[in-house]
Amino acid sequence: MSLPWKRCIVVGASSGIGEAIALKLGQQPGVSVALVARRQEELERVKKAIESAGATGSRAIIYPHDVLNQAEVPALFQKIAQDLGGLDLIVYASGVMPLIEPDEYNFDKDLSTVQVNVLGAVAWLNEAAQRFERSKSGCIVGISSVAGDRGRRGYPVYGASKAFFDNYLESLRNRVARFGVRVVTIKPGPVDTPMTKDLKKKPLLITADAAAEQILTAASRGKRLAYVPGTWRPIMAIVRFIPSFIFRKLNF
Amino acid sequence: MSALRLSAPEDTSAAPVSSALEPDAIPGFTALPVTTLEQVESFGMNLEAMEYVHRPSTLEGIRNVFEIARIGGRKVALRGAGRSYGDASMGRETVGLDLTRMNRILSWDPQAGVIEVEPGVLLRDLWRYCIGDGWWPPVVSGTMFVTMGGALGMNFHGKNNYRMGPVGEHVLDFDLLTAAGELLTCSREANADLFHAAIGGIGMLGCFTRIRMKMKHVESGLLSVDAYATNSIADIMQKFEERGNRADYFVGWIDCFARGKFIGRGLVHEANYLHGSDDPNPAQTLRIENQELPDTIFGILPKSILWRLMGPLSNDLGMRLVNWAKYTLSSTIGNHKTVRQSHAAFAFLLDYVPNWKFVYRPHGFIQFQSFVPQETAQDCFNSQLQACHNAKVIPYLGVFKRHRKDEFLLTHSVNGYSLALDIPITARNSERLAKLTKELTQIVLAANGRFYMAKDSVLDQASARTYLGADTIATFTELKRRCDPQNILQTDMANRLFAGFETS
Repeated sequence: MSLPWKRCIVVGASSGIGEAIALKLGQQPGVSVALVARRQEELERVKKAIESAGATGSRAIIYPHDVLNQAEVPALFQKIAQDLGGLDLIVYASGVMPLIEPDEYNFDKDLSTVQVNVLGAVAWLNEAAQRFERSKSGCIVGISSVAGDRGRRGYPVYGASKAFFDNYLESLRNRVARFGVRVVTIKPGPVDTPMTKDLKKKPLLITADAAAEQILTAASRGKRLAYVPGTWRPIMAIVRFIPSFIFRKLNF
Repeated sequence: MSALRLSAPEDTSAAPVSSALEPDAIPGFTALPVTTLEQVESFGMNLEAMEYVHRPSTLEGIRNVFEIARIGGRKVALRGAGRSYGDASMGRETVGLDLTRMNRILSWDPQAGVIEVEPGVLLRDLWRYCIGDGWWPPVVSGTMFVTMGGALGMNFHGKNNYRMGPVGEHVLDFDLLTAAGELLTCSREANADLFHAAIGGIGMLGCFTRIRMKMKHVESGLLSVDAYATNSIADIMQKFEERGNRADYFVGWIDCFARGKFIGRGLVHEANYLHGSDDPNPAQTLRIENQELPDTIFGILPKSILWRLMGPLSNDLGMRLVNWAKYTLSSTIGNHKTVRQSHAAFAFLLDYVPNWKFVYRPHGFIQFQSFVPQETAQDCFNSQLQACHNAKVIPYLGVFKRHRKDEFLLTHSVNGYSLALDIPITARNSERLAKLTKELTQIVLAANGRFYMAKDSVLDQASARTYLGADTIATFTELKRRCDPQNILQTDMANRLFAGFETS
C-alpha cells in the first residue's frame, strides 16, 4: 500500500481503528503522524510500535488530549500543524458506544456519546476544513458507522451521533470540495476493537487492521463514502428501504 | 479562541501586538489568527507552504511582525513578489513577512540618477519612474515583476552581468532591520561586511527597509539588437569572445532538444545602447508609452490568453517543434537581422507572455541554472545537455549568459558562463528528474561551478557546502548569529541548504 499523505493527524489513535490507522500510516516511509488521544501510556505504546516498524524517515509524535476539552482544539491543532510542518490528512476516529440495556435511558452515557462522537469531531474537523480550504488540498476522514443509517432499538444516541456525523461530513464535503479538499465518510460495521467487545451480536466482524487497510485504501482512491467491509453497502441499502412499520418490529 | 487576535490581516502597521492575547489554551503555545493563514507557492509551482502572512507597510509594521513571531514561537520568512523559482521566499508554518505593500519611492535625483526606494517597490515601478529622465536600471532581471528587496536579497543579474556585475554593485547604501530589531545603515564604508553579506543573503540577516541605488544614464529609449545563430556551446562561447564582449548585452538561447552533432545549437541576442545621433528622437523613445510592452499580439489577440493557446504545445513533442522552429527560422531568415527594440521589450522577455508558467501546470517546473568558470564551461554544459538526453528529461528552454566575479559573500557568479534549464515536472518524470538533477549538480560541482538561490530548488546541504566553501558558510553563519541571535529569520531554502543555521 502506498499512500499519498506525508503529514497526518489521527484523533483517537490509542486504540481500535484509530490505532490501526496510525500504525499503517506510520509504517509508510517519510510519514509523520500526530497521535492524539486521552491516555498517554497507550499513545506511547503506539508510538513505540510505529518506531519499531522502522520505516525510513517516518515519525510519530504524541499529543495527550481529551476530546471533551474542545476549547483546547484550535490551539492544539495549530501546534500540531507547526510540528508536522504542514498537514495533508486528518482522521477522526474517536468514538464511544457505552453499553445501553434495552430498557435503559441514561443521560450521562448519552452526553458523553455526543461529546466524543459529535462535538469532538466538529471541534477537530472544523479546524481541519478551515485550514484545508486555505491550502487548497488535504483529506478529511471521518469514522462514522453503519449505525447512522437507521434509528434502531438499541443505542439510540450512538446511532443518532453517527447520523449527525454523516450529515456533518456531507456538509463539509459540499463546502470544501471546490477547494480541492476531500472528505471521506467511513461506515464500518462491527470491528474487533475494545468498543465492541461487549456487543452480543457482531455480524461480519473484521479486525481493526483489516478495517484500517480498507479505510486508507478507500480514502487514497478518492472515495467519498465507504462501507467497511464493502458487504455492508448492499445490506444497508436494503435496510434503509425497510418501511418503518416493519422496521419497528425487527429485533436489531 | 474567539477573541484571539494578534493583528488585523490587512495592515499590521499600527496593530497592538499583545493587547488582545488570550490566556494560552496550551501552556507555552500561542495560537495565531487563522484569518492570516495563506498558501504561498514557489514561482515554479513545484513547492508550497502555509504561512501566517502579514503585509506591513511601515517600519513599525515590520517590527510588529517580528514581535508576533516571537510571541507565537514561530520563524519569519521574508517574501517579495514571490518570483524565486524555488523555496527561497517560503517557510512552512512560519509568519510570512510579505513586503509588497512597503512600496514607496522615497527620493529621486534626476541629475545624479540616484533613487531611494522601499523594498516592496517593483523593478517595474523603478524603471517607469526614471526612464523619462533618461535613466534605466543598470541591471535588470528577465521579468520586471520582482521587488527591489527581493532583487537585493538574491543579488540578481541581467544579460549584462559581464560588464555591470550584479544589482548589488549599483547599490550605494541600504537600511537593514535585523531580526534583533536594530536598524543598520550599510554601505561599502559602514558595516561593509553586512553590506556584502545581506546583498545575496537570501533574507537571513534582516529586512531591507530602504535601498539607495545609482541608475544608468541612457541617451535613447531604444537598443540596437542583433540576433544570430550558433551551432554549438563552443561556438556560442567563441562568438562571445570574438564580438559579444563588446556588446552592452549578450544572451543566448539553447535548443535543448537538439542532440548528436547539433547539441548545444542556439541563438544569440546582442544589444547595444544608442549614442548621439543614432536615435534622432530620444525624447520620444524615452517616454513610458514607447517602452510599454504591447498587451496584444498581431494588434488584436490579447496576450493574457496566450498561455492557454500554448497548452497543446506544452509537451515534449510540442516543445521539440517550437524549439526546432525557433532555431530554423532564426538561423535562416532571421540571421543577423538588426532591429531596434525598447529597453523594456528587450529586457523583460519573461513578461512577454503573461502567466506563461501556467503551461507547466499542474505539476510545475524547476529551473536548473549553473554558473561555470570559463575553462570548464564548454564540457560542463555539453555534459549537462547529454545527461538530460540520457535521462529522457529534456528542458523546454535553455538560456546562456556570460558572467564575471563579484565581491558578495554568497555570490553565484563566476568568471565564466551560465546555463539555465527550464525543466517540466510531470506525473511520470519525477523520479527520473530527481536523479537527473543530482547528476547535473555533480557535473557542475566537478567543474567548480556555482548555483543561484533565486532559481534553486534541488540542491542539498553537501552541495551548497561544496560550492560555497565551509569558510564562507561559517562567515555568513557568524553574521547571522550577530544580526539574528534568536534565529528567527528562516525559510525552507535555509533549512534545506544550511539546516536553518541551527548548528555549526
